[in-house]
Amino acid sequence: MSAAPARAASSGLLTGSGASERRLPWYHLLVTALASIALAAVVLVLLDSFSIGALVVLGYVLHLVVGYSYARAREGRRWAADRLVTLLVLGAFAVAMIPLVSLLWEVVARGLDKLLNPYPGYFFTHDMAGVVGGMASGGISHAIVGTLLVTLGASIISVPIGLLTSIFLVEYATSGPLRVLGRGITFLVDVMTGIPSIVAGLFGLALFITLTGDPGIRIGLMGSVALSVLMIPTVVRSSEEMLRLVPMELREAAFGLGVPKWLTIVKVVLRTSIAGLTTGVTLAVARVIGETAPLLLTVGALPLMNSHLFDGRMQTLPTFINSQYRSGNAVCNSETVTNPITQMQYACSTTINYDRAWAAALTLILIVMILNIAARLVSRFFAPKLGR
Amino acid sequence: MAQAINVEDLNIFYGDFLAVEDVTVTLQPRSVTALIGPSGCGKSTFLRTLNRMHEVIPGAYAQGKVEIEGQDIYAPGVDPVNVRRRVGMVFQKPNPFPTMSIRDNVLAGVKLNNKRLSRSSADELVESSLRGANLWEEVKDRLDKPGMGLSGGQQQRLCIARAIAVKPEVILMDEPCSALDPISTLAIEDLIHEMKQDFTIVIVTHNMQQASRVSDRTGFFTISGTGKPGHLIEIDETEKMFTNPTEKQTEDYISGRFG
Repeated sequence: MSAAPARAASSGLLTGSGASERRLPWYHLLVTALASIALAAVVLVLLDSFSIGALVVLGYVLHLVVGYSYARAREGRRWAADRLVTLLVLGAFAVAMIPLVSLLWEVVARGLDKLLNPYPGYFFTHDMAGVVGGMASGGISHAIVGTLLVTLGASIISVPIGLLTSIFLVEYATSGPLRVLGRGITFLVDVMTGIPSIVAGLFGLALFITLTGDPGIRIGLMGSVALSVLMIPTVVRSSEEMLRLVPMELREAAFGLGVPKWLTIVKVVLRTSIAGLTTGVTLAVARVIGETAPLLLTVGALPLMNSHLFDGRMQTLPTFINSQYRSGNAVCNSETVTNPITQMQYACSTTINYDRAWAAALTLILIVMILNIAARLVSRFFAPKLGR
Repeated sequence: MAQAINVEDLNIFYGDFLAVEDVTVTLQPRSVTALIGPSGCGKSTFLRTLNRMHEVIPGAYAQGKVEIEGQDIYAPGVDPVNVRRRVGMVFQKPNPFPTMSIRDNVLAGVKLNNKRLSRSSADELVESSLRGANLWEEVKDRLDKPGMGLSGGQQQRLCIARAIAVKPEVILMDEPCSALDPISTLAIEDLIHEMKQDFTIVIVTHNMQQASRVSDRTGFFTISGTGKPGHLIEIDETEKMFTNPTEKQTEDYISGRFG
């Protein structure tokens, strides 16, 4: 009971300026915000150009002035500066969220319907065999399988190379000529990070044309090789950072027990950093899973399921989205279209190509999200345990 | 089990920099040798050459002879890994493996070397090592909890248990109590007393009371100035070193007239 006045008195003593330097509760900010928005509304109505967007922007700008002045008068300079910076940070946050939220909203709004109709899962379990014109059928099972296989192939190539490179850089390239070699490798990895994806695609194409002599060759594996060119530098960089975070004391502890260097690396260094390594690999996968240009060149496109990574063209989600969107509006001459293979009749839709493209885009986002969640779970499971 | 260490004409380098010059000394078996001296004089560096941990640092190396049981550990063809299995080490900062339980930390020397142990002999080794480190009673009910969950003093005793679990002949301790409170320090000093029945112990310490409490012999290192190499000035019975040292420099340091 007596604590509050005592505290007020002591804070007055501490600040030296009594009531002018005190913090008002947060809802004062809310009141000034509402006042600013009301003011903005009045101004906009008077100018006869009222819209929600303009209201928010003008209200925010007015509040920078109104809120600051109010806080300056009631709370003093230090808290007023605090209010102003809080507002600026909130504003920056909102601006940063606009593209993210609107992108997600747009993709979900346009793609969700196709994922759920004619029944949930239909779109994931059918390919585009025999789908022509505005036929409202077909799905992306072939593209999902293709994307997963090509990306898996790229990971199988990139993760060992990238991880071993980073182990070499951190654990072995520490002195003498190896250090010089390590510097060179770091430089080349940095250069590799900047390779445009289309160049990586041309590399994969040229490599396989040289090997086979067939200029028309298109294989899923070519896409994996092209993607791994993009993925390796990302894996090297992130793993290197993670391995450097492992304290030297842990390595010395293992050495002191008579553990050879290679076992120390495998069982202590990698084991301690595995959470971070998983996150790094997932980010690298997310980086390449949406690549379109190199896959157009190397994997091509195919309306049918081909789950053979080493033989023939495959469909992948990014190239599927690209080709569907490029097809544009379909022409509907009658209510229904007949599938020439199965002889089944389907409704005709003029916007079907766009619908499929958006639904496939949503699927791609979902796949990346699932990968991220899986990586989070793995890193939580393997993270060093500090609890009592 | 415990072995004497003969050091002859040992010069220790960090790249081109000579850190410790010309050390010749014999460290007695089944006794505690303390190394004292000002910061940067090379005591820790010297200690780390006794199990070839010094060369882990990029560019660091040592020249000279360090003999354990008549075998020069710096002779060509000697595997530092084997040396470290015979000469264990406890570090300044407790460093249990964060991914392992208390039990696995004790067994780290076995498990990290891919050796197999039956469940019962592993249990036996865990208990005897933890008892050897005076930690058994405190942790016997939570052996599967993470080693990082222990207090600093317990973590350091866990590291000692981990070191003695590989059954070394010599144990090196690099300021093992500098991060601990007086009670944990006392626990570890008692432990050092018991351990010298079985091991040759070399301990680096900044605390001269500690040196006088735990050691049988004390060695004094110093440097004549920054950038100059460290030297072993004198090594003798601890009692003599602290009451009537031969060298003037030792007396100055011990009586606090140094620097």
